Amino acid sequence: MDLDILLQILVSGLLMGLIFALIAVGLTLIWGVMDILNFAHGEFLMLAMFFSFWMFSLWAIDPLWSLPVTVALLFAIGVGTYYFIIKKVLNAPGLTALLATFGLSILIKNLAQFFWTPDFRQVQGAILGDKTLSIFNLNVSLPELIAACGSALITYVVYYLIFRTKTGRAIRAAALDRDTALLMGINIDRIYALTFGLGGACVGVAGALLMNFYYVFPSVGGLFTILAFVTVALGGFGNITGAFYAGILIGVVETAGGVFISPVFKYTIVFAMYLVIISIRPKGLFGW
Amino acid sequence: METSALALLKKPWVLITLLVLLFLPFSTSNIHFHHVLIMFMLFATLSQAWNVIGGFAGQVSFGHATFFGIGAYAALVLLKRFDLSPWVGMLIGGGVAVIVAVLIGYPVFRLKGHYFAISTFAVAEIAERLFANWDFVEGAIGLPAPVLPEGLVNFMWYKTKMPYFYIAFILFVAVLLLAYKINRSRLGFYLRAIKQSHEAAEGLGIDTSKYKVIAMMISAFLTAICGSFYAQYILFIDPPSVLSLDISIKIVLITVLGGAGTVIGPILGAAILIPLSEYSRILLGGTGKGVDLIVFGALILIISVYQPQGVVGFFRKIGK
Repeated sequence: MDLDILLQILVSGLLMGLIFALIAVGLTLIWGVMDILNFAHGEFLMLAMFFSFWMFSLWAIDPLWSLPVTVALLFAIGVGTYYFIIKKVLNAPGLTALLATFGLSILIKNLAQFFWTPDFRQVQGAILGDKTLSIFNLNVSLPELIAACGSALITYVVYYLIFRTKTGRAIRAAALDRDTALLMGINIDRIYALTFGLGGACVGVAGALLMNFYYVFPSVGGLFTILAFVTVALGGFGNITGAFYAGILIGVVETAGGVFISPVFKYTIVFAMYLVIISIRPKGLFGW
Repeated sequence: METSALALLKKPWVLITLLVLLFLPFSTSNIHFHHVLIMFMLFATLSQAWNVIGGFAGQVSFGHATFFGIGAYAALVLLKRFDLSPWVGMLIGGGVAVIVAVLIGYPVFRLKGHYFAISTFAVAEIAERLFANWDFVEGAIGLPAPVLPEGLVNFMWYKTKMPYFYIAFILFVAVLLLAYKINRSRLGFYLRAIKQSHEAAEGLGIDTSKYKVIAMMISAFLTAICGSFYAQYILFIDPPSVLSLDISIKIVLITVLGGAGTVIGPILGAAILIPLSEYSRILLGGTGKGVDLIVFGALILIISVYQPQGVVGFFRKIGK
């Protein structure tokens, strides 16, 4: 019996953790390549969820089928954000980029609230719906399972893109040394735009998959932004593999904390864990 | 170099500006205007306090709401539970904030750059959640001030905002002078050295951890004092209003907008951002649709994209 509960916690935590991981991968990519804290990351996620929601409620397109459209939209938003905002503050001193992304996050959140009201909304009657799988004594909700598998798959795709393709090598070069990369003939501008687009696409996937079982409202992004920041720092900045494992760890700790201590304190426990780990490993679990 | 803080007051334009500010509330009896002036001075002071660690030393903290909240809660909780004067509560709050700053500071200051920033986030989130679930301070319900006779002893006035204005003004000038003094003192030079190159500063024999903790203690103390003032001014506090990330971010935004690491920066930033946010809330907030925040977000975005050097940079450009 006790073993069953433990296993259930592990599995539920793992599923949520894989989604956290994908969101964090999008953030760590931008951070690692451009050294920019994107405060609007959670708001991008919120937009993805709303797109998914509206395509379902207006045109009855299931979140699963509209996923490619959501991802394309978010990629475009990412690229647009780079060209219209980030590019202009890239060479500014210190914290200006932070100011810009924070302004953007306030703007997006409140525009969403203006047009779509602060109501909580949920997709009802999607293909994945409220189905639950029971394997042995484990209960796994189907939408969460699909979301987790999809997130893991996309995380691997991003990893492959960065570490196994020529474009990926260019992105890594730009992250290492922007000026040298420029001298090698890499179009830094395009690489940065692509990176921001990819960051957007990651939350696009995560948002569309989350919409199958999570609710959306204009300020849903806040918690996800903070969790993503902590995940990224825990894994080591710019470290995709690190963000992946840190995401899983946070998912499991969150779930376990919710069960064993109190649901009220589940994020408190996550943040406390972060502080403990970071004081032992000052550059994250996988930092060097 | 002149190191006396009072030297600042000898500069005619500083003196004139302060005198104008002091007599500004007499120009009208409009209560909104008085409120905006008080909030301007409060947030300029908060940002000045943040600037000591975030601007001079370059250690960006997203957790200053923790110190603000400690100050706010110290004043009201001690008044409510033990009938202690808010003035005593203010000092105790400041003391507790200093202790917390040291406790957090030593482990966290080993971290560099973003790792430090994210850790301050985590600390602030933990603090907010703890206060929201702590019954002694009324948890998430919030803590209203007890109704007591108005006056200086109880630090509360109901009919007029003028006493609050004077207290805020004294706080504002005192912290301005202190920041000016720190900026020109040995400590200020050490902090700037740490900001520019941590390694080089250590190489020159500066005990970086020690000076960062000192800067954090000063910053935390002043932030807590502002928190107590805020609690006595609004006379109601709850975790979202004094401990939330929004407060921390607002302080950072003001400083960065004005120009981090300069003494005038926080004042310029507050002079722009506070009237903007307060008046857009007063004028547009009534719709309940967040129009004020749409305007606010858009303006921050526009300023940062078109004026990336901060407002100080803009004035310097004009000066040249």
